Amino acid sequence: MTATRVTAGFWLMDLIALTDRGLYCEAGDFHIDPWRPAARAVITHAHADHARVGSDLYVCHKLTAPLLKKRLGDVAIETAEYGQVLSRDGVDVSLHPAGHVLGSAQVRVARAGEVWVASGDYKLEADGVVAAFEPVRCTAFITESTFGLPIYRWSPQAELIAAIESWWRDNAAAGRASVLYAYALGKAQRALARIDASIGPIVCHGAIEPISAIYRDAGVAIPPTRRADEIADKRAFAKMLIVAPPSAAGSGWLDRFGEYSDALASGWMQVRGNRRRRGLDRGFALSDHADWPGLLAAIEATGAERVLATHGFAAPLSRYLAERGVDARALATAYGDEDEAPKSETAPGETAA
Amino acid sequence: MRAFADLYRRLDQATSTRAKQAAMVEAFAAAKADPAQWASAAWTVYFLAGGKPRQTVPTRLLRRLAVEGSGLPEWLVDECYANVGDLAETLALLLPEGEGDDKTSLDVWMRERLLPLPKLDEEERARRLALWVAALPGPERFALFKLITGELRVGVSRLQVVKSLAEVAGVDESRMAQRMIGYAQARRIPTADDFAALVADVDADEGAALDAGRPYPFYLAQSWQRPLETMAETLGPPRDWVVEWKFDGIRAQLIRRGDTWRLWSRGEELISDAYPDLEPLARALPPGVALDGELVVLVPPSAETRPDSLVGLQPFASLQQRLGRKAISDRTLRDLPVALVAYDLLEHDGRDLRGERQSERREKLERLVAATLAAAARRGERLPLRLSPEVAADTWQGLAAIRDQARPLGREGLMLKARAGAYGVGRRKGDDRTDVWWKWKLDPMSVDAVLIYAERGHGRRSGVYSDYTFAVWSADEGAPDRQLVPFAKAYSGLTDAEMRDMDAIIRRTTVETFGPVRSVQPTQVFELGFEGIAPSKRHKSGVAVRFPRMLRWRRDKPVAEADTLASLRALLSAGAHG
Repeated sequence: MTATRVTAGFWLMDLIALTDRGLYCEAGDFHIDPWRPAARAVITHAHADHARVGSDLYVCHKLTAPLLKKRLGDVAIETAEYGQVLSRDGVDVSLHPAGHVLGSAQVRVARAGEVWVASGDYKLEADGVVAAFEPVRCTAFITESTFGLPIYRWSPQAELIAAIESWWRDNAAAGRASVLYAYALGKAQRALARIDASIGPIVCHGAIEPISAIYRDAGVAIPPTRRADEIADKRAFAKMLIVAPPSAAGSGWLDRFGEYSDALASGWMQVRGNRRRRGLDRGFALSDHADWPGLLAAIEATGAERVLATHGFAAPLSRYLAERGVDARALATAYGDEDEAPKSETAPGETAA
Repeated sequence: MRAFADLYRRLDQATSTRAKQAAMVEAFAAAKADPAQWASAAWTVYFLAGGKPRQTVPTRLLRRLAVEGSGLPEWLVDECYANVGDLAETLALLLPEGEGDDKTSLDVWMRERLLPLPKLDEEERARRLALWVAALPGPERFALFKLITGELRVGVSRLQVVKSLAEVAGVDESRMAQRMIGYAQARRIPTADDFAALVADVDADEGAALDAGRPYPFYLAQSWQRPLETMAETLGPPRDWVVEWKFDGIRAQLIRRGDTWRLWSRGEELISDAYPDLEPLARALPPGVALDGELVVLVPPSAETRPDSLVGLQPFASLQQRLGRKAISDRTLRDLPVALVAYDLLEHDGRDLRGERQSERREKLERLVAATLAAAARRGERLPLRLSPEVAADTWQGLAAIRDQARPLGREGLMLKARAGAYGVGRRKGDDRTDVWWKWKLDPMSVDAVLIYAERGHGRRSGVYSDYTFAVWSADEGAPDRQLVPFAKAYSGLTDAEMRDMDAIIRRTTVETFGPVRSVQPTQVFELGFEGIAPSKRHKSGVAVRFPRMLRWRRDKPVAEADTLASLRALLSAGAHG
């Protein structure tokens, strides 16, 4: 095959190429999670670094649609079920569960025996909240690598949730409130759905409530929650779990809770320095991303001949794979990490109230 | 190891001082009640108080354990370490899950396992270490690696350890501070008896038993940073204060009791051996004396210099040449003679004077220094002893004017000590007027410098680019071949939020990466402050600065307008020690 290299890791003949707007399928004329406006944008999930404003048409899983509307306003959206094939110009596009957040999908693009999968963000462990990750066989796999270092090995969800519950119980017994920072879309709802609500009442920050409502509409069992301003007796906070986005840390919004212990639920909490730098009492490494063994297992399960690693520790992950004989490269994209950029998460109208 | 690992975890999970202290009190009290735990508790106190045994496992071996234990390539282990910023934690994160249930006590770990390791050859050390670690459950491994690397980083100060032990023993803090002196000295091997002695009830003979050489806990000064105009209101008139120069040396206590003498630095390190030139002074003092003062280097005396002269103080750099030397040559003793500038008398005639008023202690000190120097003069002998002179003015404005002359004299500013105040313990906030020693330093020297390299930090700053190298221009704007010349490294002065912003900028503007270090495009200017500046042959810039830190992030200042080498050299001549 003679081909012209267009950018690092890609060849002109490839089904998907990297352009200055993002991943692009020329044969089907659509972008995947473009970071600049595009005509047709296939969206893996509703986090701000993957679903950006300005595209003419968004194509996404049907459970992503309400989240996208919440974030981007009244935009044109075409939805699909998992596994449903959308064909266009001989290119078959389908969405497959990524296990990251509600409606999150891997994008499978196939043409004449060549199959590409763009993973978006994913995690392997079934969290019992959103559709679990399904490996998709392909010839080329574009994988995230947010936690692509071997220091990131998650404990099972049950253990992490139990640790959060025990922290909450201890706080309640000691008469102080428990403030849990969790990313407003996904992590917060996962925590709410999994934590034992019989320990005490739960209060949610204003940025989390509307997303939880969308999860509830999708059939996720989230226990009743209240907003902080609905609590008249401030002493009641001492027994409560307060769930807030990470951007609320250090803000005046916390003043009302009196004495409290705070904790962040994030994969970054695997490393002590990250927690100590933020001055947090506790950190729970509860992540919606694949850990190192998860990335390797997912890559293996695709059977892909080529692996392209995006955002995160793409360089070490691809070097490690390459040393094991996989055709792997790191790819420079503009995807970020929602845990590190909590502020960009706040959509218009969502203030830290 | 379990008890230590549990305590470590509790301390690590507590951010408040109160919670940390509660965790220590609980652990020490439990250990006190069970003599079988004393030996391990002795080690726990040792480590928390900052004690460091000799390194039993070299870093090289720990990295090998990480590589062999994880089955990962070496470069990936290094990459992990660079991101975690703590070798002990990296190891704990990389090794496969521990299934073991080893219950070996901390004391046995230290005495029977780790301390004898250096005697074995490397293969045997690696083999034993791998076996031991495999048998340890996860959290205890982390604790073990922390002990081996000696960087606990759990946010506990020595003072907190002292307070917790004082509570458990039921004695007051200054007594506990006394008991703790020398406890955490490097390479000491604490024993069950040591712990028992720490937490024992007060014994009537204890004062006597606190033998010969021990110093008193140093009373530390706080920084006076409020405006001059508020001084009269807050501190009262200057006559209520003993005002002295703040010398740029090493804080030290000289103890003379019985037949022995000892010199202790502020880190409660015994440094007598490095300063044999103080021995004649120690011998000339009457037994039962403890002097507190500053160790300085003088220019070698000539026939004309008066024996009590303070003229001719050498810069701190000279003192540094005398630090950490094991063998002191005659030449060093001749060229870099030290002297003790005494400013407090803590013990006289074997009596603890710390409860007396500053003015009373000062009076006794003056008499003692004068008598000692006079007696020596009669013998035709010079002693390396000076009295820290009092500085006087009627108003705070007058004192400020005197303070402004500090730098050419090689001094850092003034010290303010309430005449009515006692000699306290440690550094504490108290009544502004009486309880506190204030250091009233000159504003630091500063230049506007450009950030050119960044390195990831450790501990709390692990993974974040927080350690920076700064440069100034070699020549004025427009000069041909003008370039940035590195001259200082700094890593303090930024808020956590600013540091996160800088981290993002560094990642965005990286030019090259060399291991943990990145070179960046010169885009950011900082006002860099430092306490001293001296010529240096080792630095490309030709100068070495002391205590550099970031005073301000000059987001407003273009890189081209940063300072030049010439501005640094100008400070050099202004700061020349007289």
